Amino acid sequence: MKHLYNRLSFQQKKAYWAWLFLAVPILFFAAVRFYPTINAAMISFTDWNLLTEGKWVGLANYERMFTDKVFWKVFANTFLYLIVGLPVSLTLAFVVAYYLDQVRFMHGFIRSLYFIPYLTTAVAMAWVWRWGYQPAPMGVINQILSSIGMPQQPFLRSPNQALYAVLAPAIWAGLGFQVIIFMAGLRAIPETYYEAARIDGIGKLATLWEITLPLLRPTLVFIVVLTSIGLLRIFDQVYNMTVDGQGGPLNATRPLVLNIYNTAFKDFDMGYATAQTMVLFLVLLIITLIQLRLMRSK
Amino acid sequence: MKQLSGLLLTTALALPLAGTAQAVEIEYWQYHFAERVEAMDQLIARFQDENPDITVKHTTFPYAQYQAKVAAAVPAGEGPDVVQLYYGWLRDYNKAGLLAPLPADEFDPATIDAEFFPIVQSMKVDGAYYGLPTAVRTMAMFYNKDLLAEVGYDPETPPTTLDEVVEATQKIVKRDEAGNLLVAGITAAPVSQDAHWWREVLVRQFGGQSYSEDYRTVTYNSPEGAAALQAISQFFTDLDVVDYGFMDEAQASFAAGKAGFLMDGSFRIGAVSRVEGLNWGVAPLPTHNGIEGNYSSYWLNGISSQTTGEELAAAQKFLKFITSPDSMQLWLDVVGELPARPSVAMTDANASHPVYGPFIAGLAHAHATDFVNEAAQRQIWLDMIDMIDVGGMSVEEALAASAEAEQALIDRYYAE
Repeated sequence: MKHLYNRLSFQQKKAYWAWLFLAVPILFFAAVRFYPTINAAMISFTDWNLLTEGKWVGLANYERMFTDKVFWKVFANTFLYLIVGLPVSLTLAFVVAYYLDQVRFMHGFIRSLYFIPYLTTAVAMAWVWRWGYQPAPMGVINQILSSIGMPQQPFLRSPNQALYAVLAPAIWAGLGFQVIIFMAGLRAIPETYYEAARIDGIGKLATLWEITLPLLRPTLVFIVVLTSIGLLRIFDQVYNMTVDGQGGPLNATRPLVLNIYNTAFKDFDMGYATAQTMVLFLVLLIITLIQLRLMRSK
Repeated sequence: MKQLSGLLLTTALALPLAGTAQAVEIEYWQYHFAERVEAMDQLIARFQDENPDITVKHTTFPYAQYQAKVAAAVPAGEGPDVVQLYYGWLRDYNKAGLLAPLPADEFDPATIDAEFFPIVQSMKVDGAYYGLPTAVRTMAMFYNKDLLAEVGYDPETPPTTLDEVVEATQKIVKRDEAGNLLVAGITAAPVSQDAHWWREVLVRQFGGQSYSEDYRTVTYNSPEGAAALQAISQFFTDLDVVDYGFMDEAQASFAAGKAGFLMDGSFRIGAVSRVEGLNWGVAPLPTHNGIEGNYSSYWLNGISSQTTGEELAAAQKFLKFITSPDSMQLWLDVVGELPARPSVAMTDANASHPVYGPFIAGLAHAHATDFVNEAAQRQIWLDMIDMIDVGGMSVEEALAASAEAEQALIDRYYAE
């Protein structure tokens, strides 16, 4: 063995060691990432209830998905979380960061106030919000609404409002993190650009549009990617804020991830659950590829 | 891979066994419910006193994860020796061969037939029992004595018919000037036993039946089923004596003294009696058209088919112990669930007990739903109520949609 090694050229030895070191993460990824992924893909072609041996059913699970109304409902919900949640949370976080950046009075204290929700357990927070949404006199939000003469809202009990009622605490919880990242981005923009703009007599809005936002682009891309992934995987809030963690009423709030969980661990239909997982995997893959392309174009 | 883990397992098992030939440890699993855990701890302590050579390890999981844990662990050979299962799951477990039949010499089927309530016989497959319950459950009507007295009722003679209950709820309900619900006439919330009350009690009282005799056909989509659904949904629709979802859980509003009536299972007794200042009573479920009805269910204890040798003998001994008359009485006293043997349940002291009495009386006319997937069938019920409450559907439309969904679920199960 030693003999063999000694006969290698310098380049070959370099490659040998490179592969040796690379082998560790490759083995790790193969064991905890690739193997389960391939295994899941195989399971998606079977009918398996965890207890008995799986039975090969070909594409039956995928065919069932196309005619399953609940699947399409949760598929749409998942994107609704993203399409609504992303712009709202980004705008909010940017506005807060932009103005907080200019505040000197108790700056650190205010900033930590924004950050606290991010540190709070999602489960505890979800339950506080769940009770807050109750009708008055139990629910504090409806209590406030009715005390200022506005009609009470059903929130979580309404198929039309429930999704937004679940999304609100999710956005609120993530706000602190986004604000911190935005502020770091804002601080990184050299003061000299702003001085130049002031000397040239450029207005506040134009400064924001022409200098701040373009220079914030790397920060923006980073937050967009992280927030998108977070929203597409929304689970804790829905699981804890809806009855039995089912994403009701009438599946109005159920995201794909929760549907997969229910299919697997409530219905014990592992084949159908993994088939849905493969679809989610493809969707995430496509979104990631699009985002990579957008980042590269700069 | 399989051989490797098998080898590791054998080694791991062999090591601790090498030195201790006499002492046997068996593992018991159930889901976490405070009173049941306490009762089982007491039973295990007694059992270990009687059998010093056997140790019982008691493991519990949250209800939401319990079924998944058992399903994953038993086939892998990592599971418990004695396991508690919901009666509705037995079919799946048997199909997979996860449970061992109880040997006829130790658990004589004829004796069990004679000594246990007849609902237990659904645990008998091809002449052999696959599990035995310590306790069975029925439903009854919990009522708030103070709220009844406030509106002029004698708290010791609560309403007995559905119409009387409806009338009482209309008197009990309290709303403020803005229409906010302060006190509900009756509970109505997703987390409740209302599904059972409707499926097995109300539908029968209105002259229908929710399923065919073999539970393979959904039959509640009928005028009788609609009348029964109207009877239960009227509380939060036409009568407005409660807002559906009031305080999230049915038992929460009742425990807070903010609801007049609660239809719930015997397992609720323990929790309700711990609420200080709540003046409550129990009466049989209301009758209708002169028909009494009840729903019963139970959790059974089975022995894993993976258990062999000394552990198997110990597991059988333990199963016998926890289904003995004395254990059943302890379970009743601690948890409030009814003894599965009439000889224990029907004692004068139990039958005339102000709290247990109505539940025990309910056993005489109780039905147990034969579920294919209890959680999914429950979800169909919840969706049906949502369709009426917030989905803008009529009772008939919701009933038809649910019957179709539930039939599809049952058909898919039997198609395998």
